[in-house]
Amino acid sequence: MTKATSSPKTGTWDLKLYIAGYTPRAVKALENLKQLCEEHLHGVYSIEVVDLLRNPRLARGDQIVAVPTLVRKLPVPVRKIIGDLSNRERVLVGLDLRPR
Amino acid sequence: MTRRAKPERGASEGRPDKAGALKPLAKCPTGIRGLDDVTEGGLPRGRASLVSGGAGCGKTLMAMEFVVRGARDFGEPGVFMAFEETVAELTSNVASLGFDLQSLIRRKKLAVDYVRIERSEIEETGEYDLEGLFVRLGSMIDEVHAKRVVLDTIESLFASLPNEGILRAELRRLFRWLKDRGVTAVITAEQGQEGQLTRYGLEEYVSDCVIVLDHRVNNEVATRRLRVVKYRGSRHGTNEYPTMIDEHGLSVLPITSLGLCHRVSDRRISTGIPRLDTMMTGKGYWQGSSILVSGTAGTGKTSVATALVDSVCRRGDRCLYFSFEESPDQLVRNMGSIGFHLDPYVRAGRLQFHSVRPTLYGLESHLVTLHDLVARLHPDVVVMDPITGLTSIGEPGEVKAMLMRVVDFLKSRTITTLFTSLTEGGTPIDATETSVSSLMDTWLLLQMVESAGERNRILYVLKSRGMAHSNQMREFTLTDNGIKLADVYTGSGEVRTGSARAIQESRDKADADAADQASRRRQREITHERLALEAQMQKLQSRLAELKQETTMAAKQELNRSAAARHDTKGLARLRKADSDGAQEEGNGT
Repeated sequence: MTKATSSPKTGTWDLKLYIAGYTPRAVKALENLKQLCEEHLHGVYSIEVVDLLRNPRLARGDQIVAVPTLVRKLPVPVRKIIGDLSNRERVLVGLDLRPR
Repeated sequence: MTRRAKPERGASEGRPDKAGALKPLAKCPTGIRGLDDVTEGGLPRGRASLVSGGAGCGKTLMAMEFVVRGARDFGEPGVFMAFEETVAELTSNVASLGFDLQSLIRRKKLAVDYVRIERSEIEETGEYDLEGLFVRLGSMIDEVHAKRVVLDTIESLFASLPNEGILRAELRRLFRWLKDRGVTAVITAEQGQEGQLTRYGLEEYVSDCVIVLDHRVNNEVATRRLRVVKYRGSRHGTNEYPTMIDEHGLSVLPITSLGLCHRVSDRRISTGIPRLDTMMTGKGYWQGSSILVSGTAGTGKTSVATALVDSVCRRGDRCLYFSFEESPDQLVRNMGSIGFHLDPYVRAGRLQFHSVRPTLYGLESHLVTLHDLVARLHPDVVVMDPITGLTSIGEPGEVKAMLMRVVDFLKSRTITTLFTSLTEGGTPIDATETSVSSLMDTWLLLQMVESAGERNRILYVLKSRGMAHSNQMREFTLTDNGIKLADVYTGSGEVRTGSARAIQESRDKADADAADQASRRRQREITHERLALEAQMQKLQSRLAELKQETTMAAKQELNRSAAARHDTKGLARLRKADSDGAQEEGNGT
């Protein structure tokens, strides 16, 4: 079904990383994300980091329960990946960059 | 060690304040009818309570009522975090109970959030925690300054988050965090398999107070129940209490939160039957007492009940009549035929009928209806006619428990209660179907007596607490002008009623006359005989006197004679010149 992996070169990738304060885990997640994006989505991605401690109300919109949560807003459909993104293979699968 | 442990044990029972002095556990009233009675004040304040139950038990409703009533009636704003229903769904679901969530949300008395996690949307990579949930909850608590928090049903996280280890650790942290925030929380959970309280063992984390809701079907009638399984540091009712959901929300019906301490009245109220009043020391029932009228079919139970209704309404008091067998119209018409005209009272609003088939709904619904009607109508008298019908919708024990609740509830309000009970033919007449007689203060028994081709009614007071009631049977007749009681014929060891009584009474009079004559005749005879005997005695006495005289005379003669004889012997001897010995012998021989 989701075999057709979204072409990294087309469209923009709108990514949001929800964290609750810059905890070691959050920092690690952000590092992992940046590294991965540079490798696979060079030039077509944007990352927005949302600190829920500052903007707690934003958690409702994207139904954030766990942190860190990476939300792929674009391309649709929305995907959510929770955790510190240390398992790269799983992140790629979660972002539809690799077939399930 | 042991000495030191003591205050700690005390501490678990009543939370010590900062000075270390014991004070009873603070409670947070739920405002849910009956629940605060069962828990003796409400849920433990500042702690989390677990509400568990199967699907459709009313967990969400109870939780929602807890926050809404808190926000509305107790000035304690609340937060409702839903995991299964959206805010819009919740709003419309509870609108029917008169809860206006949108208005409460606008006025910042309530914050509702819907948490949804789609498992299929989520990929898990590495370590995480549930700080997002904490943040959301925390921001809502801050927003409305919440004192109450509901998590409904947080267990659904187990289905959406793959890592149970993390989830459990986070839940433990969450409940501790709630406690630290000082909010009173209600956590709902689905009942698990094989009698487990919750599906995922939440009771491990939330164990200060555990309430179990239950919804089961017995004899095709659904009954809801509530039980407080556990309440740390507080007494609580441990029974299963019938529960019900109606247009006012949830109601729990404690058997007796009163503990038999209702005030009693010194007033008496007329039974509506003058002779029956006479039988009860001339004044009738005690006000606020419970009265049972039992009897077989057609003995006039409803008529006795109506007599009371009539007398109550005539005095201008109010009456509530539960009719489980007849419609109000039919009852009014039928009672009109024996001289009780109830129509005007109904129109004046002094008499209200509530006619439903007992099987229409479960026992607890009847109870709630009663509570509601009593609260609305403030009746002086409540009639339930007949309670026998209720046994078809519950086990005898349940019916008895329900009636006990009714009696207690009404007594606590000094409302006089009259129950009628149908005794089946063939059962002992003093056996009430639901064996409720012990709950009753006054018990009137109606009985049919069959004799001489008639069936006649008999009434007697089997018991009446607190009065020297008559122990006699009365014949009970329904006339065009109400109920008449007549003395029954009780001569020659049997009871006669109706025409047999009339016949027997005239027969008795004839018998009595005859007996009277007989006795007079007997007296005459005795006098006769006495006189005769006296005459005879006189005769005998005079004869006795004669005989005595004769005896003395005879003795004298004999003396003379023997003297003469001796003289003769001596003369002869002298003549014959015999010696004195031979003469002596001869003399003796003669």
